[in-house]
Amino acid sequence: MAPTPPFTEEHDELRASVRGFLDRELAPHAQEWEDARWFPNEVFSKLAGQGLLGLKYPTELGGQGGDYLHEAVLVEELARIGSGGTAAGIGAHTNIATPPIWKFGTEDQQQRYLVPAIKGEKIGALGITEPGAGSDVAALRTRATPVDGGWVVNGEKTYITNGVRAHFIVTAVKTTEEGGHHGISFLIVDRGDGVTSAKLEKLGWHASDTATIAFEDVFVPAENLLGAEHEGFKQIMANFQWERLAMALGAVGAMALAWERTAEFARERQAFGRPLSKHQAIRHKLADLATSAYTARCVTYDALRRFVAGEEPLREVTMAKLLTQRASFELMDACLQIHGGAGYMKELWVERAARDSRLGPIGGGSDEIMREILGRVLAL
Amino acid sequence: MAATAESVVKPDFKSQRKHFIFTDEHEQLRESIHNFAIKELAPHAEEWEQTTFPDSVFRRMGELGFLGLDKPEEYGGQGGDYYTALVLAEEITNGNSGGLAMGIAVHTDMAMPPILAFGSEEQKQEWVVPAIKGEKILCLGITEPDAGSDVKGIKTRAVKDGEDYVINGSKTYITNGHRADVIVLVTKTDTEAGYDGFTLFLVPMDAPGVIREKKLEKLGMHASDTALLAFQDVRVPASAVLGQVGKGFYHIMWELQGERLIGAAGMVAGAQKCFEKTLQYAHERKAFGREIGKFQVIRHKFAEMATKIESARQMTYITAWRFNNGEYPVREISMAKLHASRVLCEVADECIQIHGGAGYMREYGVERVWRDARLNRIGAGTDEIMLDVIGRSYGL
Repeated sequence: MAPTPPFTEEHDELRASVRGFLDRELAPHAQEWEDARWFPNEVFSKLAGQGLLGLKYPTELGGQGGDYLHEAVLVEELARIGSGGTAAGIGAHTNIATPPIWKFGTEDQQQRYLVPAIKGEKIGALGITEPGAGSDVAALRTRATPVDGGWVVNGEKTYITNGVRAHFIVTAVKTTEEGGHHGISFLIVDRGDGVTSAKLEKLGWHASDTATIAFEDVFVPAENLLGAEHEGFKQIMANFQWERLAMALGAVGAMALAWERTAEFARERQAFGRPLSKHQAIRHKLADLATSAYTARCVTYDALRRFVAGEEPLREVTMAKLLTQRASFELMDACLQIHGGAGYMKELWVERAARDSRLGPIGGGSDEIMREILGRVLAL
Repeated sequence: MAATAESVVKPDFKSQRKHFIFTDEHEQLRESIHNFAIKELAPHAEEWEQTTFPDSVFRRMGELGFLGLDKPEEYGGQGGDYYTALVLAEEITNGNSGGLAMGIAVHTDMAMPPILAFGSEEQKQEWVVPAIKGEKILCLGITEPDAGSDVKGIKTRAVKDGEDYVINGSKTYITNGHRADVIVLVTKTDTEAGYDGFTLFLVPMDAPGVIREKKLEKLGMHASDTALLAFQDVRVPASAVLGQVGKGFYHIMWELQGERLIGAAGMVAGAQKCFEKTLQYAHERKAFGREIGKFQVIRHKFAEMATKIESARQMTYITAWRFNNGEYPVREISMAKLHASRVLCEVADECIQIHGGAGYMREYGVERVWRDARLNRIGAGTDEIMLDVIGRSYGL
């Protein structure tokens, strides 16, 4: 079959090479990293060695000079690692922490942060969510108080992917007392005095060092203000579309992999004298799941195509995010069911996939937030 | 909800952005069919629910060139591409009558393609040319009282008798069965040959022995005439054979794929139309001091529906793109048909719910959509048959 638009043969080639690399270098370690509650930082340098941390970034900064479609290939394929936490750590670096520096950063900031980030020498995190402010970004309380030559930051961020390992945190802070839509700014905060991380235990994504980060009288120099002062809210919103598309692509990749593995299991596992797949209830279940996976792919690729074409498809991206995250979780749960007792065991991949996929309908804006956005798009 | 405050997220009325498979010409065609359906079909929808829609609709659509959009110009068609058939299926839903849309689709997308593909020049001149003009009406006879998707169970027999064939049997659930001038009839000519024992015939509906037994009463699709037909010693000449003797099964299976996808496009459009009608209602209807659409629970129902419809649309369009490029994606077509029909039924049901008591009343037209929609999970291959096709396509 011809590649599905917006992808072309060129992307298929990239896909094959990325897949080969991930299958060879990262996937074999998935379980080990889950158990360690940590994947090693060398993962970043390995990816950088293949040029995979800078697919969409310009060559002047050490990137590959590609575009969002090349990045999309990587994002979808990262699911092949079979570790949601590892994919999340890589994704947090390439898809949410570094894009604001690329878009809003000064030449100096790009040299200091983006160039080493593309080389895998500096790892980034994005710090927005707080204990008291999730999707309601305007409610965040971390405060940056102006002092000579910069700011002093106090506050707490939570659920931060790469929160322990990150060398720098692109942090949303209040730069006015009131905060809100016109009182938030982005600061690039280096790990240093006053920055402490505490790793969080989670339902899934075990290989990720998701953390709470406390800032206590952290001095941030003026040159680390990202973009215009008090314009942080818009900057935060600006990258949501790509973040959500990336999540949709990740789900598409994860669903494809889980389906293939489950179908293979159903073909081999015998019950009542024939393969599971020859029982109609299982065959139809798998057909339903394949349909769901195809649905997710079609809706995501359309949103991606429009995004790349510059249509600013808020509606389509929101739909893709909403549909794919739940579809992925439901598919994983059904795959677990088809595996029976084996599915419940840690030895197999599927219980992990089910746990990992549960974050989808929460992270990057919950299902409820997606529906709220769509309601507004529909003028309701 | 500050993150999605109205200052950031604005209403987007471009929810029908053009998809890349369509050109400006398709959009012009869309507009003209849309206008026709609104002006000439929709006003009669309720009346035709009682009477079934008149044959004059075929003639009028023939005049406008709508019955041969994707058919060759040498037979009076417009010579358009496959997508023009999708546009027709989508826009005809503005006629507000599932039964009418089905009657037209059986004529243009189910009965006509096998004649064009396998018919002799004489057969094409005799049936396709007037069918494209809307002067002759076609129907397709596959299903029997004891054989639906399991085509092997077909019992209607055509037996060679000298230069003729004599046909006996019965067909049911035949759309256009009462009004049709000719039926593309699936018969068994060799009971020993399995899938190689079927033959198609073009049987004039006025041939002696063709009995239109009864008009079937249905849950929905009331504007369509649905027939139980009997064939008693119907004698036809060998020239009535359509395609090759013994190849009938393959002839008919081939065309069902393209038709299923066109059907899916119609289902998506039907769901969209029902959605929009209900959206308008939610803006107008007030409860507890505000528009019901401003209640979060209702707003989120719309968000869910819009997402489902979009997913079915994307599946249908991308799969149509493959089909139009010469691929034969049976698996994806089955998925699109399965998904679109479910989405339509779910959306219709949710729309009734949002309308409340009004939704249950005939006056608002939503209950009709609900009744009409239900057929799509059964007709042209049930959900269960689609699932089986999909499963088997993976070797399961």
